Amino acid sequence: MIIDIKDLCKTYVNGEMEVPVLHDVCLSVDEGEFVSIMGPSGSGKSTLMNIIGCLDRPTSGTYLFNGEDVASMTDDGLSDLRNRGVGFVFQQFNLLPRETAAQNVALPLVYANVPAAERERRAREALDRVGLSDRADFLPTQLSGGQKQRVAVARAIVNDPSILLADEPTGALDSKSGEQLMDLFCDLNRQGMTIVMITHERGVARYAHRVLLMNDGVLTEGDISGEGGIK
Amino acid sequence: MVRNSGFGENVKLAFRGISTHKMRSFLTMLGIIIGIAAIIAIVSTIRGTNEQIKQNLIGAGTNSVTVSIKQNDWDYEFDWMGIPDGFYPVSEDSMQQIRELPGVRSAARFVRRNSSSQPVSAGTTRLDGCGIYGVEKDYFDTAGLQVVKGRLFGDVDYRNFSKVMLLDRSAAKSLFGTADPVGKTVEIGDEAFMVVGVIDTRSTFRPTIETMDDYYTYMGNSTPKVYLTIAEWPIVFQFDEPEAVMVRAKDTDSMTEIGRRTAEILNSALGISDTSEKAPEGGDEQNIRYKADDLLEQARQIQDLSRSTNSMLIWIAGISLLVGGIGVMNIMLVSVTERTREIGLKKALGARKRRILSQFLTEAAVLTSIGGVLGVAVGIALAYVIHFVAQVPVAISVPSIIVSVVFSTVVGLVFGLLPSIQAARLDPIEALRYE
Repeated sequence: MIIDIKDLCKTYVNGEMEVPVLHDVCLSVDEGEFVSIMGPSGSGKSTLMNIIGCLDRPTSGTYLFNGEDVASMTDDGLSDLRNRGVGFVFQQFNLLPRETAAQNVALPLVYANVPAAERERRAREALDRVGLSDRADFLPTQLSGGQKQRVAVARAIVNDPSILLADEPTGALDSKSGEQLMDLFCDLNRQGMTIVMITHERGVARYAHRVLLMNDGVLTEGDISGEGGIK
Repeated sequence: MVRNSGFGENVKLAFRGISTHKMRSFLTMLGIIIGIAAIIAIVSTIRGTNEQIKQNLIGAGTNSVTVSIKQNDWDYEFDWMGIPDGFYPVSEDSMQQIRELPGVRSAARFVRRNSSSQPVSAGTTRLDGCGIYGVEKDYFDTAGLQVVKGRLFGDVDYRNFSKVMLLDRSAAKSLFGTADPVGKTVEIGDEAFMVVGVIDTRSTFRPTIETMDDYYTYMGNSTPKVYLTIAEWPIVFQFDEPEAVMVRAKDTDSMTEIGRRTAEILNSALGISDTSEKAPEGGDEQNIRYKADDLLEQARQIQDLSRSTNSMLIWIAGISLLVGGIGVMNIMLVSVTERTREIGLKKALGARKRRILSQFLTEAAVLTSIGGVLGVAVGIALAYVIHFVAQVPVAISVPSIIVSVVFSTVVGLVFGLLPSIQAARLDPIEALRYE
């Protein structure tokens, strides 16, 4: 089990007001799974995503990542976990504008202290896996939205993470690019990559094996159309 | 180790960040550049003066040491105190011993008096406070003096007791103004002497400080000097006055030793032990003996003087560096705010706090180091401008360049710390959301 979350609560303190965001969330994700979490904005899915991605800590409850208790980890420990264990894909790509595609992809390897030559090799390998080997030396501004997001995916998988975490990955893409991206996710999943994806688009969520619904901070197993799994 | 700290990576990032905002980076550096340039220019001129005093006064100029009769550390003045008991003219035997000391190039005896006992005048013009010298023929070469007008004394002058005189530039100017003094008459007391030449330490005038006399000239308190042959000395003063000795060393390093040993030879010829620093208890503590001028000590005094007058300028330059540092801090805070999203992303991708901290610290340090290097270049240029405009000697010191660059790096580290800590502490979630 890669992710094992039990009775997780998250409460933000806003001035003197306590704002509960997540209520007793339980979630377990096994290796090789492709899970999507659906929910309207403000439902707390981004907060859950941040906790899964070790960017944030739960207020209460337990979260085991690969069997390790995240709550007891130091700040540096969490940094290392994000670096080696988690690959992020953001809605807005978040590529560094002045770096080439290959340099962007290699960034996590910099923090993993991989030597420069090997970084370069692995970055190009990852770009090859997302079908962009011919765009390695392009700047983000020279790429289309779909290409940018595939560069971001290459960056997410370059360090062989335990899990690929995608937050509205198709949110900034046209439908065709979105479909291509989902095909890529499915390919990666078939190759063994565990994927957790947040989306509010039904059509996108359907690519996953399992769809969970988030509503007002409560997570439930969803049956959006009765047919889960790969398209 | 290097790979772990990501130092090279950080430096690369820093250069890229700086070159992205060239104008802004340059303006930020300007404070550092001005501060460092001022320090380099000031230190170079201080050092220039000092180096010249040291090299030319102590040594490279003439390497001449005066060994004269002193009471404690003060010149013993015959004019006031008469000739001390037990002192006799320096024998030819002693001179031979001195000339045979290792490292001695030449040596000459001379007698020195002050015009307070015998007024020096040309017509109605009196030359007050001048030094009167009775010298051996070798004296001028030994003292590193050259004739600039007329001639020096010749053997004939000594044989015939010719009533001839040489003036130094200062005496010539005071007595005759711009007129040529050669062939004119100068009186000492009631005796008249014919001026045969004018001498100086150099044949041409340069506004640089190379000797103590140059320094006194520069400070406006030089003593004019007139020279007679030692043969004609008794015409004005006394027979058998004990002389001082001017020794010229072959190199600077042996000067102190030669001065000490010359004094030893002269003292022992008079039966004065060099070991008894003070006269026996009670009695008259005269403590009169031959002693070499401690040129090193004199040079040090001059150096201290120029140092203290310039230390204030160093402080002002330091304040300019402080202001420059605050400018760096300001621009780094702006830079951190601008790159909030980038910082958030890097943290999400696994950059540790320390990594972000060192990235921004490196950027600040690289920024100020470049400023420091540019400042050094501007400072050196400035020093040479000062050299040519104000005719002040300059000497660029390598240690001060190294210290300046290191110091500017430290300014970057100190003033970059606060913005860097701020960057490192950013919450990645907030930072990623930042627009």
